Formats: sequence, C-alpha cells, structure tokens
Amino acid sequence: MSIPTDLRYTKTHEWARLEADGSVTVGITDHAQDLLGDMVFVENPALGRQLEAGEECAVVESVKAASDVYAPIAGAVVAINDKIESAPEAINKDPYGAWMFKLKPAQAGDLDGLLDAAAYQAHVESEAH
Amino acid sequence: MLIFEHSRPGRRAASQSPASPAAADDIPAELLRAEPPALPEVSEMDVVRHYTRLSQKNFSIDTQFYPLGSCTMKYNPRVCHSLAMLPQFLARHPLADPDTGQGFLRTLHELQEMLRALTGMAAVSLAPMAGAHGEFAGVAMIRAYHAARGDHGRNQIIVPDAAHGTNPASASKCGFTVREVPTDRRGNIDLDALRTAVGPQTAGLMLTNPSTLGVFEPSIAAIQEIMHAAGGLSYYDGANLNAILGRVRPGDMGFDVIHVNLHKTFSTPHGGGGPGAGPVGVSERLRPFLPIPYVVEERGYFRWAAEADCPQSIGRLSAFGGNMGVLLRAYVYARMLGGEGMRRVADYATLNANYLAAELARAGFDLAQPERRASHEFIVTLKRLKDATGVSAMDFAKRLLDYGFHAPTTYFPMLVPECLLIEPTETESKETLDAFVAAMAKVQEEARTDPDLVKAAPHTLPVRRLDDVRAARELDLAWPA
Amino acid sequence: MPFIPHTPADVAAMLASIGAADLDALFDEIPAELRSAGLSDIPPALSEMAVSRLLQERAVADGTYLNFIGAGAYEHHIPAAVWQLAGRGEYYTAYTPYQAEASQGTLQLIYEYQTMMARLTGLDISNASLYDGATALAEAVLMAVRAGKGTTRRVLVPATVHPRYRAVVEAAVRDQGIELATLPYCTECGHTLVAGLEAYAARPAAALVIPQPNFFGVLEPVDALTDWAQAHGMLAIAVVNPVSLGLLKAPGQWGEKGVDICVGDGQPLGIPLSSGGPYFGFMTCRQALVRQMPGRLVGATVDRDGRRGYVLTLQAREQHIRRAKATSNICSNQGLMVAAAAMHLALLGPQGLKSVALAAHANTRALLDRLTALPGVTRAFSGAIFHEAAVRLVSPVADVLRALRAQGIVGGHALGRDYPELADALLICATETKTDDDLNRYTQQLERILGRREAPPCGYKPPAMRT
Repeated sequence: MSIPTDLRYTKTHEWARLEADGSVTVGITDHAQDLLGDMVFVENPALGRQLEAGEECAVVESVKAASDVYAPIAGAVVAINDKIESAPEAINKDPYGAWMFKLKPAQAGDLDGLLDAAAYQAHVESEAH
Repeated sequence: MLIFEHSRPGRRAASQSPASPAAADDIPAELLRAEPPALPEVSEMDVVRHYTRLSQKNFSIDTQFYPLGSCTMKYNPRVCHSLAMLPQFLARHPLADPDTGQGFLRTLHELQEMLRALTGMAAVSLAPMAGAHGEFAGVAMIRAYHAARGDHGRNQIIVPDAAHGTNPASASKCGFTVREVPTDRRGNIDLDALRTAVGPQTAGLMLTNPSTLGVFEPSIAAIQEIMHAAGGLSYYDGANLNAILGRVRPGDMGFDVIHVNLHKTFSTPHGGGGPGAGPVGVSERLRPFLPIPYVVEERGYFRWAAEADCPQSIGRLSAFGGNMGVLLRAYVYARMLGGEGMRRVADYATLNANYLAAELARAGFDLAQPERRASHEFIVTLKRLKDATGVSAMDFAKRLLDYGFHAPTTYFPMLVPECLLIEPTETESKETLDAFVAAMAKVQEEARTDPDLVKAAPHTLPVRRLDDVRAARELDLAWPA
Repeated sequence: MPFIPHTPADVAAMLASIGAADLDALFDEIPAELRSAGLSDIPPALSEMAVSRLLQERAVADGTYLNFIGAGAYEHHIPAAVWQLAGRGEYYTAYTPYQAEASQGTLQLIYEYQTMMARLTGLDISNASLYDGATALAEAVLMAVRAGKGTTRRVLVPATVHPRYRAVVEAAVRDQGIELATLPYCTECGHTLVAGLEAYAARPAAALVIPQPNFFGVLEPVDALTDWAQAHGMLAIAVVNPVSLGLLKAPGQWGEKGVDICVGDGQPLGIPLSSGGPYFGFMTCRQALVRQMPGRLVGATVDRDGRRGYVLTLQAREQHIRRAKATSNICSNQGLMVAAAAMHLALLGPQGLKSVALAAHANTRALLDRLTALPGVTRAFSGAIFHEAAVRLVSPVADVLRALRAQGIVGGHALGRDYPELADALLICATETKTDDDLNRYTQQLERILGRREAPPCGYKPPAMRT
C-alpha cells in the first residue's frame, strides 16, 4: 500500500496536496481504491460549489461498493478532472495521479489539520483491527 | 441467440391476435405511431423453443439445492400454483364489486387472520407487494403514529449494522435519517451503544431476529425497554421468521410492527426475482395507520376497506391492492401445514441448519459463531482459507455451482470477512445436506491443491466467469435495433 | 409431515451429530418466557385434495362475469404458451439472478424484455420492472426530483391520471416533502389543456406527468404537453398503456425531444386480471438518467472466453450496497410477470400488438355507438379515445351496475367516487376479447334496465357498506 509522504490525508481516505498556486488537489488513497475494487463510476462535485470541510461532495463506485468522497477542507471547487469520469479505472491504476477535483481553500493553512503520512498509516492499521 | 436474432420480417404467430385489423380513423394522425415497434417477428414454435431452451440455463429450486442464507429457498408446492390459477380468480377484475368475489375475499381474510394469530399482532394488511414494500409501510406507520401525536421531532430510525440494506433504504424513503448501532462479538446488539443512540429524536428501531448473523437476540426484552423508555417504536423485519414460526411470536416479543415475506416463510415462488408479498402486522396503537386495502368482514360479508374506513391510513401502496396471486399461494400453503405443520417448519429448518453447521465444522470449516446455537441459518467464514490459498468466498461460491449446488449468500452480512451465509430450509433431506457437505469439503481441498481451478470457476455452466466490471463500464442494456 | 422429508432415523442421526437431546434443545437460546405455547388459532392441516376442493368451491361460487371494466387493468387474450412457458419450474422457482453464471436463462430473458420495452416506448433503456404501474409512477416522480438535484420538490400531475395512481404516488412521496400539484382537465373534451397550464408554471417543478390514454380513455395532446414541460425546465414523465403503443406514438417521439421517463403497468402484456395482481410496473428512460433509475438492470458482458453473457449491473445504486443512499428501497422486480410479458410480446410481434390495439379500439367504439344510441346514455367527453370511454347515465350508476351484475355483466367502473362532478358517469372498456354478441348483450341489458327506471322493490335496502 502506497502512502506518499508529500501528501496530507483524511480519516475517510481522501488525499490532499497543496499546489504552488494555492489550490488543493483532492483524490482517494491507494488503500481506498484497493478496498473498493474495480472502479466503474465517478461523480464529481459541480464546478464552483462551496464545500464545508467534511461535506459529502463526490461518489466513487465500483462493482461491489459505492462510497462517498468528503471534502478534506472547506473551499470552492475550482477544477474537476473529467478524464476520470470517462475512465474511472485510472483511479485503480494510479490513485495519486488520478485526482478528482481541486479546491480553493477557504482559509490558508487548513491543510495543517489533516493527517500526515505516518498518522494516516497508523489510522489504516487501526481500522484493520 | 436472442429472440431478436430469430426474427424474420413478415413472420408471426398468426392465431394469437385478431386477423383483420380495423381502422382507427377517428384518432388524430399526429397521435399515431409512424413505424410499428421493432418487436421480434417469430412463429409460435420459435417462441416455445427459445424460452424453453433459455429456461434450461437456469438453476432453480425444482432442479437444485439453494442453501441461500436470508432467502429461505424452500420447496414451492405445485398445488399452490394451480389453485391460485383457478380461472375464476384469474378472470376477476380488481375493481369488480365485492359481490362477485366473496370466495376470493373470504380466502384473503382467512390469510389475514392466520398471519395475525401466527405473529401475535393486533391487525394485518396484505397490501405490501414485497418485503421492502412492507418495510416502507411499517416505517411510514411509525412516522404517522408520531405525527398523529404531534411528536414531530422524531426523525431518526435506528438500524443494527448487520441489517439488510433494505432497512436503511426504507427508512430514508420515509424521510428518516438512519443511525447504525454496532453488533457485538457474539452477534447481539451492543446494548450500551443502543442506550447512547436513543433520544428524543428516535422514531423507532428496525430489528431482524434471529439476526442476519443467524443467531437469536436474547436481550430482546432489554432492547424493547430501552426503546419504550425513549418513546420509540420497534419494527420486526420478518426476513427470518422461518426460524421461529410457531416457537416465538413477534407480537409477544413486544414489536409494534412487522412484515412477513410470504415468498420466504410461506413458500411462494421467487420467480427469478419476484413477485413476492410482504404483509404487515401491527400492534393496537398502530392499527389506525394500516395501509389500505385490507379485507374486512361484516356479518359474513367480505369487502376491501378503503379511504373512508380508515382516514388515518398511510394510504395505498398499489393501484389494485397487492399481489393477490401470491397471497392465494401462501394461503394454500398455510392451510396444508396447519398449526402443527407451521411449528414443524421452524423445528426442522433449525435442525437442518444446526446439523449442517456441525458437519461443516467437522469438515474443517470455520463457523463465525461457533459458541452459538444456529437459528435456521449460520455463517461460515473462509478468511483462513483465503489467507492461505488466495481463494475468496466468491471463487468458492462459483466452484460450488460446478457441483450442482447454488452458492450460499456471499459477502453478507458485511461484518464477517469472506463469509458464506447458509440456510438449508426444512424441505431438504439429510442426503442432500450430506452431499452439500461433501461438495464443500471437495472445494476446500481443491482450494488447497489447485487454487487456480477454483479461482477460474465455474467450468461446467453455459458461461464461464462473467466480467461484471465490463458490464458496468460499457453499459449494454438493450439489443441494438 | 407436509413438505418435510425427515425420517425418524434421520432426526436421531442429525441430533446426535449436533449433540442435542431433542428438537426443543435447538431453541435453548430463546428466553423461556418468549416461547409460545402453540398455534391453536390456526386451523388444522388439510390434504392437497381437501384444500383443492375448498378453493375450487369458492372459485366456482364467485363465478365469472362478462367484464367491461378497464380502468387500469385490461382483459386480453393470453396465448396458452405464455403461462405454460413462464410456469416452467426453471423460471418459476429460480432465485433472483445474483449468481449470473447459474441464471443465464432469467438474465437473458430480462435483457430481451428490457430491449422490447425500450423499443415499444421509444426510449433508450428499461429496468427489469417494478411492483406495478402506480409504484412505477411514484418511483418516476422521485427519480425526477433526484435528477433535478433537489432544486424543486414539486411535480405536476393532471387530474386525468388514474386516481389510484395519484393516491399511491401521494403515499409514496409524502414523507419526502414532495408536493404534487393537481392539474385541471377540460370538462367538455376530457383531457388536459395546455392553455390552462401557465398558472402552474409560476413556480418551478421537477416534472410533468402525462397520461396516454388518460384515465377516461381520452387521448391527451401529448406533443404539446411534452414540449410545454421541457420548455419550462421540467422532465416529462409519460404514463402509458403498453398495448396502446402498438398503435399510438411512442413517448420517445412525443413533442420535439420525446419524454424523459416512461412508466406504466405491464398487466395488459400477458398477465391475467387476477383480482388485482401480481402485475408489473415498467420504466424506461433516456440513457442520461440511467444512474437515477431505481430497480434492477441487466447488462450484457462477456465471460473469460469472450462469450456473450448477462449480469445484473449498476448494483451499487441499489439498497443492498448503497443502503440509506440507494436510489430506492426496492429489492424485487416482478420477475415472473416480466417473463410472461416478454413471451407475450414475442408471440404477438409488431403486427399482432397493433391488431390487438386496433380491435380493442374498434370494439369500444362499437359499444359506445350502440350504448349512446339508447335514450339516457350520452358520452361524457368529446375527445378521441383509445379503448375506453366515459358515458353519462340517466339512472343512478350504482343501481345500473347492480342490475347488470344480476345478469352476469360487470358493466364498468363508476367514476363518482373519485370525480364528484362525474357522479352519473361510468367508464367502460371493450377489448378485443369481446364479440359482437357480447356487445349486443350489454346493450340490450342496459336498454332494459334504463327503460325500467322504477324504484327498487319495496323494503329493499342496498347494503350500506357495499358501494
């Protein structure tokens, strides 16, 4: 299971990356895609939607399961990756490359409240027991 | 081949429709169809051969053992079908006056009364057309009850995490939010978690007992106390009624509302996915809210109760009252069993399940609840086998098909990893159960010696393992014209 | 023991294997105070012979009538092959096709059914069926609200939609805070008038429901209604009789763009009247709405060897996976009814379905002509009809129906309970099953009854609760 150290994580298995332009890119983790299995459908939030931290904003669906995706931080949706909507299997192949959407954070520094790689790793291990 | 591939322009089963079509010149031309619908153009024999051959690609109760947990796949007596198909019952229009159907209505009334006695409830409506439809009706009655008391703050239904998916789905369909409570290691509801979960927002609790883990919830009295103290009502999901028929009545367990799956406990056929029937029973305080119609008797005359009879009813669940043919089948089955026969249902379903569990444990399978008495079903977990061989519960299930057994329910309940939920029902003989144990042991052996054989199963059916990922990604839901 | 094969030796061996003393011991985890004494209120067991005798006698006592009610359930010829095939144990006693490899018969059949319904209604996709036409309409209303992302929870429903359907929709959506606005109809022509709708567009709505034919048997201006709905940002939901589509324009072709969702009751396609059920509801829609669709869907795919096969697909929408967030709580489809419908449609074919529709239309026209030639019988509405029509009677409808019943005729459906303004009206239907003699018999009896028109015999009181 891959957990890159340069990303931040949520307990609900999203990853988040602060970009140079101040936006935050969001996707689901390798662990999440592994649990869900072969992805068949992705529904992203509408462009421009204002999200609260922890708000349900997207859905990823495999043959055997469907899971909500939660906004890691508050902010407005400034970009969505429509490539994964037509080819959701990209999330299985490259979960950290196949991002879902980008947020413009409501407040700078919001990402600091998220888990780092070590804390996320510990969280995943605790869930396994 | 599809029926459409048999089609040839101009061919038809000529004796099945009026020969010389009349004109419809009084219908405005813009409302008429320009091209006839592209239905198959085939002969009567084409149809008979095609659908006979297709039927041969199915497993069915008539041909195979279905140890399918939570589904109660028992024998469907033939006479239930032939009596439900009596020409007078079939020809009667649902809106015809009750004068024309006193025998029919009396029969349904007797079924209502039998279900009432059997479940220990105050009143029964036969209106719901499936288990999930009964759940909807039950939860809607809970909502109507609180609303009638002006108690509008109760917006939450509590559901154990092991429950069928229909429970939370039905609760949301009635506008409730769902709060899950965990199940403890022994398969019982975590009472402390339930105490924490209830409050002034609690409308009710939905419970399956015996639970989907195949064990009887012994703390049912304590659960009811917690619910009553919180002002919530309790709903009994009758999915597993087969396990306690004649032994314990949901009404005596203190439930306010229940549904019964007639296609499980009362042996009406599954028909490849339906129709079923899910009558609901209620305690006295929910009686005014029963869905319509139900049959009422007045001095020996039977008729359907309608809006005027029950102004507080949650309303109609279908245009014409319900799945009457299914109700007739259940009636015939109930009359053939009688009171003693119904009690034997639970006795022998439980005997078969416990015997199968004991024999499978002897054959080296891990029971999920080895210290518990099985109800009419039980869970085997293949986690150890999967860790050792890579063979999953799904692979195992597919390989059982090669041995002529329908697979048990897999991956439900989700709390138990790599699980098989096994329910033999009372209508299977010891020989069938022994043959199933032998097949299970054989597949277990194969998983250890030749795991790829099991992972690639099935090998002997009309098709091999189907690609359901492709089906979902490249949707093909209709044959192109 | 009925349906239990165990011999005493089996029971002894099985109890020994379990390590239980007797059957009672198997229930030892159930608290003693909960165990019931027995089932004394359930009548004793009957043999197959006895229960057959009982029900045959009841059925014969109920008898059969010459039926002229339609009102949402229609008597049609059903080829003998339909139920002989659908009644085969391999269909009748099969489980839901979750184990696809062991269920290719049911799955391919549903795929064929989905294809037939999509073609019949002129839309892209069909689900594997819902409970009945009324619940299908309720699901369509919920689907339209979901598709609108909850921006409006209001749906427009003409008063010409079957009253029972409206009642079922009301019961199904009430708790989700959905508002149903009832649209008036033209009391002269018997259908909805587009000109009268503008007031209803003042507030947004998620959908307009369009019945064809409507409950009165009258044909609605479906093109104009569909265009009006879509021009006002609503989805158009058609409610149709599937037999009528042998003759009438498919909902997928209504208006400029066609409707978005089509539903109806499949009963006229090979399902007997059966005193009310089981029937099945069908639902078809545009491809774009597929993920909002409730119920099961069968899709084609391939197996490991590349061979074509069928599976249940998009199951993640459904309750067993999505739980509280599922598109619906629905679990079952009316599988066996769908099997019969597919076989029925294959036996009729495009020409057969059209000739059934034409013959039913012609029979109802002929009956209408004969009845309205009688003094005291007039047509209630001027609009063109399919195979059902409302007539006004000079005598009380309930009395006329009772007198017809005494002659073995079920004479139609009284409209007064659902439409107080039509208290003197009767809805009648004569499908292709009615012969010229049948129509004459009805006409003669009605003439005699209306001619009589005297008060009921002295002392006779109609039972108060029987209306």
